[in-house]
Amino acid sequence: MKFIKTLAVFAIVLVASAFTANTNSGSDGYEVGDIATDFKLKNIDGNMVSLADYKDAKGYIVVFTCNTCPYAIQYEDRIIALDKKYADKGFPVVAIMPNNPAVQPGDSEDAMKARAASKGFTFPYLFDEGQKIYPQYGATKTPHVYLLEKTKKGNVVRYIGAIDDNYKDADAVNTKYVEDAVDALIDGKDIKETKTRAIGCSIKV
Amino acid sequence: MKNILVLITLLFVFSCKTENKTETAQTDEVKVEVSSTDDIKLEIHDFNGLEPYLNRGDDKTYVVNFWATWCAPCVKELPHFEELNKNYKDKNVEVMLVSLDFPSQYDKKLKPFIKKHDLQSKILVLDDVDMNTWIPKINENWDGAIPVTIIYNKDKREFYDRTFTYAELETELKQFLK
Repeated sequence: MKFIKTLAVFAIVLVASAFTANTNSGSDGYEVGDIATDFKLKNIDGNMVSLADYKDAKGYIVVFTCNTCPYAIQYEDRIIALDKKYADKGFPVVAIMPNNPAVQPGDSEDAMKARAASKGFTFPYLFDEGQKIYPQYGATKTPHVYLLEKTKKGNVVRYIGAIDDNYKDADAVNTKYVEDAVDALIDGKDIKETKTRAIGCSIKV
Repeated sequence: MKNILVLITLLFVFSCKTENKTETAQTDEVKVEVSSTDDIKLEIHDFNGLEPYLNRGDDKTYVVNFWATWCAPCVKELPHFEELNKNYKDKNVEVMLVSLDFPSQYDKKLKPFIKKHDLQSKILVLDDVDMNTWIPKINENWDGAIPVTIIYNKDKREFYDRTFTYAELETELKQFLK
């Protein structure tokens, strides 16, 4: 009888934990503090790119973005500006296009090449072929930023979310979330806001 | 003794029940013909202006869908909300479609879309750039991907980070009409 009671308690705990896991933010993926996976994805120039290729990097501004989402388009110039500002300081932008081009033809490899050329992307624009990487990060939309810091343990996620707080007008931005986070890392300070939310286009699967 | 065994079995069965995977099938980009939309007047709010619509204290049940013309899965499920509006508007239910289209697209895309599809539900437009402030006020677990839907009345409120078929939507609504 006591055994049954123990078993019952065990079962209840198991069920409770199962539900907690299910409801936790609704999806899997990284939280701030987690170690992010490296990857080997094809760039628009045909070369394969990994985070480990950047020997001198102190970290990475990984941006899930695409050609077709109006929010992503609104942020293109600001993503280029981030790379120009921070690549030399050890935090290059690495852009990953997570959509399935069969569903979203505007995000085909050719369209990616054309967009990168016309905008003058200064950073790799990688194709998440087979859509294996974005679910590991937990990206749900474009644009979606993961700021990583290179440490001995691996690439630690330091910030997840939006680029800034005004998609509409870069000149009217009050808080530059990503810049503030990178600056804090460079200065060895705590990042004030480690997670922000923004409307975006769901990733097309 | 037997009861406890039944309880354990039930608990295990219950715990194995997984959430239904949400279908996020896509449609092609929305194409809208340009025609006169002078007669369409948009009701545009910042979040403070929208909030009262999300917290009505009367006896109605409200179905609030957040969408945009650029959001393919939203456009795909929009007819189901229209259908729900048609079938339930006389049953103390109000459907509200909250557009997140960019202001630059109001005349170019949103108004022509409303006209072309002859949308009958109440259309509201949310224009508030400070998304990191208002998104958590709608739901703490929402990361900002759309579509999302809220169904509420004065007794009950649910937030749905998913897409719907008509049958699914009606099933959910009926939970509120008991």
